[in-house]
This record gives sequence, C-alpha cells and structure tokens, in this order.
Amino acid sequence: MSNLLSIEPVRILTYLVGICAFVGANAAYLVLAERKIAGRIQRRPGPNEAGYGGWMQPFADVLKLFAKQVMIPPGTDILLYCAAPLMVMAPPLMCLAVVPFGESLVARNLDIGLLFVFAFGSINVMALMLGGWASRNKYSIISAARVVSQNVAYEIPMLLVVITLLMVAGTLDLNELIRQQAGGFWNWNLLRVWVNPLMPVTFIIFFICMLAETNRAPFDMAESESELVAGAFTEYGGMGFGVFFMAEYSNIVLGCCLGTVLFLGGWQSPLPLAALSGPLWGPVWFLLKMYALIFTVMLVRWTFPRTQFYGLLNLSWKILIPLSLFSLLLTGAMMKLPLVLQRLF
Amino acid sequence: MIASKESLADGPDGQAPQETFILNLGPQHPATHGVLRVRTTMDGEWIKRAEPVIGYIHRMHEKMGENRTLAKFLPNPSRIDYLSAMHYTHAFVGAVERAAGIEVPPRAEYIRVITSELNRIASHMVWWGALLSDLGGLTPFLYAFDDRELILDLLEGLCGARLTYCYYRFGGLCNDVDDEFLQGTRAFVKHMPPRLKMYRDLVTDNIILRKRLEGIGPISAEMCRKYGATGPVIRGSGIAYDVRRAEPYSVYPRLDFQIPVYPECDSMARYLVHMAEMEQSLRIIEQALDQLPAGPVMGKVPRVLKLPPGDTCYAVEAARGRFMVRIVGDGKDTPYRVKLRTPCFSNLSLFEEASRGMILPDALAMLGSLDLVIPDIDR
Repeated sequence: MSNLLSIEPVRILTYLVGICAFVGANAAYLVLAERKIAGRIQRRPGPNEAGYGGWMQPFADVLKLFAKQVMIPPGTDILLYCAAPLMVMAPPLMCLAVVPFGESLVARNLDIGLLFVFAFGSINVMALMLGGWASRNKYSIISAARVVSQNVAYEIPMLLVVITLLMVAGTLDLNELIRQQAGGFWNWNLLRVWVNPLMPVTFIIFFICMLAETNRAPFDMAESESELVAGAFTEYGGMGFGVFFMAEYSNIVLGCCLGTVLFLGGWQSPLPLAALSGPLWGPVWFLLKMYALIFTVMLVRWTFPRTQFYGLLNLSWKILIPLSLFSLLLTGAMMKLPLVLQRLF
Repeated sequence: MIASKESLADGPDGQAPQETFILNLGPQHPATHGVLRVRTTMDGEWIKRAEPVIGYIHRMHEKMGENRTLAKFLPNPSRIDYLSAMHYTHAFVGAVERAAGIEVPPRAEYIRVITSELNRIASHMVWWGALLSDLGGLTPFLYAFDDRELILDLLEGLCGARLTYCYYRFGGLCNDVDDEFLQGTRAFVKHMPPRLKMYRDLVTDNIILRKRLEGIGPISAEMCRKYGATGPVIRGSGIAYDVRRAEPYSVYPRLDFQIPVYPECDSMARYLVHMAEMEQSLRIIEQALDQLPAGPVMGKVPRVLKLPPGDTCYAVEAARGRFMVRIVGDGKDTPYRVKLRTPCFSNLSLFEEASRGMILPDALAMLGSLDLVIPDIDR
C-alpha cells in the first residue's frame, strides 16, 4: 500500500477521491446529524422516516434537489450566478489537502500549510458575495454586503490569534504544529497557559471567528432567514442551493479541522500512553476532536438567537480585536521576558 | 423582484440626493407572519420609510355581521384574531348581551374569565416563540408550543375546538365545565410557573436577546396615544392601561391582579410585559377557580334575538390589546352596523413612525415585539 502510494499519480488520485468522499459524506451526514441534534434539543424526533432512524434522509434530500429544475432568474449575470456555487465549494476541498488527519495521512504536507488554508479559505467570502450580487435580488445584495463586512471584520481577530500561535510554534507546517503539542492534553495549545495565560481565551476568539467566517448561527448574517428570506441564496434553487448548503458544512468541517490542529493537538492522543497513540489511533483522535467541535457548533446554533448585524461588527472591532491584540502582545512579552532578564542580570 | 435604482430621493434636510431603494417585505416574507406587506424605502440597511400595506386577508367581517343574524355571526369573531378567539367571542357576546339586556349567570362569567385567561397565555406563548424565531432562535418556538398544547387540550376537552373556539353564547356558555377541565386547569396553573422561570433563565436573560431588544424600537407613550395603541404595546410604554381595569367587564373587578407596566418603551419592555402578563393570568385563573360559584351557565335568552334600536359598545382586553365591538341595532334580527375595533390595526399603524431611521433587523425585531396577527389587522 505504501509502495503504491509513493507513486505520485496514484497518490494524488487516491487523496483526491478520498477528500471528495470525506467532504461529500460529511456534508450529507452532518445535515442529518444537525437535524437530529436540533430535534433532540427541541424535543422532537427529527427525520426518522427515510430508512432506519432516518439514515437515508441525505439521499432523499439530494434526490429531491437533483430533481428540481435549474432556474436562472431573468436579469442575473449568468456566468457569475453559475460560478458562485462552484467557487464556494472549491476552497474547503483545496484546504483539506494540507490538513493532517494522521501523522502520515495528509495529501500534501506543505511547510506553509497554515498560510495555504487561510489564503484559500478567504475565497469563500468572495463566492458568497458574487452569488448574492449576481442574483440581482435586493435581499441577496444586502446579504452580500453583510457577508463582506462581516468576514473582513472577523478575519482580523482570527489571523491575530493565529499569529499568536505562530509566534509560539514558529512554524506554518500543520504537522509540525501538531508534533509540538505532543505529550498529553496539557500540552495542547488550548491549555498552554505558561506560554500565554490567555490561551483558552484565544481559543474562544478563534471559535467565535470560525462561527462568523462560516456564517453559522448566531452569526448567520448571510442567510438570516427571518430578515433576508434566504440572503445570498434567495434566488438559488435545486442543486445550486444544495451546493451552497454542502459548502456551508464543508467549511464547518474545515474550520473544526483547523481548530483541532491549532488548539486541540490534532492527531495526538490526550494521554501520553503508547497504547493510545500510533498511526491507527491518530485519525481516530483527530476525528473525535473534530466532531466534538462540530457538535458544539450545532449546539450553539440551536441555543442562541441571532445577533444583530451591527452588534456583530461591534463584537469584533470593540472586543475581539483588542483582546486578540493584547494576547499577541502578551505572548511576545512572555517570549522575550527570559531574554530581557538574562541580559539584565 | 429586480434590484434597480428606483428613486433618487433627497437626503435629510434637503442635502445632496442619496440613493435609496424600495424593499418589499411581504406579503410572503418570513418575518411578517402572514400576509402583511411592508413597503420600505431603504438607504442601505437603514429604513427611511416603512409603509405597511394591508388588506391581503380582508374578509369583510363587519359587513358579514350586518347581513346575518347574531347567532350566525357568532363564530366569526374567533376568526378575526385566531390566537385570542375567546376574548373576541367575549366582546361580541358581551355587546349583544348589553344591547339586549340579557343577564349572564355568575358561574358563566367566571368560566369565561378562566377560559379567556388560558387563551391569553396560549396566545402569548405563540407570540413568544414567534418573536424568538424572528430573532433567529428557533428552539423556543417548540418549547412554547409544548406548553400551549396543554391549554389547547384543555379547551378542546371543553368545547371541541382547539383554535377558533365558539364557546360563549349569548347569555352564557355552550356547556358547563367538567371536573376534568377544572383539575386539568389546576394542574396547569401549577405546571406553568417553573416553566416560566425556565424561560426567564434560558431566554430572557440571554445576552444576545437582551442586546437585540433593549433600547430597540422605542415607542413613546405619546406615540401610543396618538395612534391608539393598546395592550402590551402601551403597557411597555409606561401607561397602565388595561381594559380589565379601565372599563371593567365580566367579573374582573372581583379578582385581584396587577397590570404589568414597564416604562422603558423599548422592545424589551414589551417582551417583559408579555412575560409578566402570563404570570398575572395564572393568578387570575387560580382565583377564579377558587371563587367559581355553582349554578347554571345559561341565562334567560329570548328565542328570537332582536336588538332594540340603539348603539352599544363592549370592549375586552384581548391578548393584543383593546378589542371593542360596537353594535347598532334597529329592531331587526340582524344588526344595522357592526364595528370591530381591533388592537393590531392601531398597533401596526405606529410602525411607520416608529421604524423611521432604524436598521432592518431592529425594525423586524420591533415588528415582532408588536405582536401582530394579520387577520386581526385586515378584519
């Protein structure tokens, strides 16, 4: 197997199919999981008709969406209108290429992996904006404007948090970042308070920004269904809408992967036991952590009401950015402090 | 709906013209809860003018009242505001009783109060869930319906209907209450306070909800008076106006309850008024159950009911405010004129003035806090 994987075209093809399958299966079954969790929270069973316990529901949904006529409303910019769903779907697929699910289970171990993820992750915003703009619908345009200002606002604290981590880790290589967090859960970046006492706070900032970047409730300004009907997706029907929907979940998967890598030790086992670590255990730990984060994302969505748009921007500019800047400063100070002390005494 | 630069209106104070556009909210918009249409002139996300366009579900209830006998019109009032059907039937029945001089036995009046207050709680629960779903929190809706279900079951056992009850009759009630209803109501009165506390902990004290409602959509007492707003809207503006106290009817003078008033004038005040009213309604129900006298539930009513010439009004405090029926009789078995004064119509009419200069999500939060039922606006 490893011999076969070392042949470059085979390797590329295997990971391509693997990532597509992973994203597709996740998008399909996370929708079902979300509906089941929502049902659980709201004291109802959730989808339970298609298949045992509703496990066929994603197939029913996709079949329904495929059976719908493709409608392109008059007055739209057809090229952009059709390109937007593709552009929103492509970035998470690209980014997953550098995410290490296990020590050696990574499609392409780039030494600038983190930069790669953030560079491609930002395209998502542009796609939503284009989709909203091309729809030529007033609700979509309002939504497009919201998406842009929201993502600009939340990109900043997110990157500041990531820079904080980079200062600590000194590498952009995701696998190397994970290796540094070896040796039990107290070594995860989340709990490395001796590096920066604000580390848990940075994780919360990262999580909030991730929710905002993926347009999830309570920050789902792009699709605030009680205000803007369906926001940027108002004019999309059938599989066009389906792709946007899938992309939302793919982005959540990506965001949670990143959270796992940066803060929760990736494929490292929470306890430094030989029996719990190894090439087979790695993906298990990774997926467990990732799905725990995804579950939290869903729990938040079904618990809180939506924030008001300006309140959302204020939260970023007035609280998250100063806080993450302070955390950055503190990390820098704590890193330089030993050197300063050394020079003084 | 195609976006275009529809108008180049002058900016405020005749300054340079600014680009505005018309955004049509409704009649099929998720935030308008039915077929309300609001034609908004927007400057970006800011509302310059929001003009409600009504009449999409106008059903000519007033005219229907004028060309059929009183008994045939009796089911209609519960269709006007389908969420507080008991109150509306009460107003119509009360107006006819006052005009024809029919005595209602005290037991019937007590049961009317009990069922009306149950209906008020059910209505407020729907409002609460709908407001929260307007604000993007979808879960409270199902919790609210869970509790409302208990009330609907009780009332269904009583009169067979779950929504558009036609339980009150001229001179009394359709049928007496049974032990099952009385026990069920007592159990409900015990069941509800812990639930209300849970709602307070989970939702009312949530910081996002507070940020969404506090200071949003101020409606001054003066504006309420100008537009004739009543119900939770005026009580959220610091005026203790409640028809149950201002124009006492039924057996409310014999019952002890407070009128919840919040002077903040914002959406949160209206929210808190609704929540406090549910507690007061529970108090009223408890007292009415304790005081419930024995006796008949139907008074003496002439076989053919004809209204004597004259003009009669009867107002009740419905879940959304003051609902008044004015009946003008001319000695025939059909009234000469039926005027229905509905609270939502007045409560909506202040929206245009109150929403000026607001941002769209806030305006929709305020619209939600006004507690509108569209058939009640259009009649």
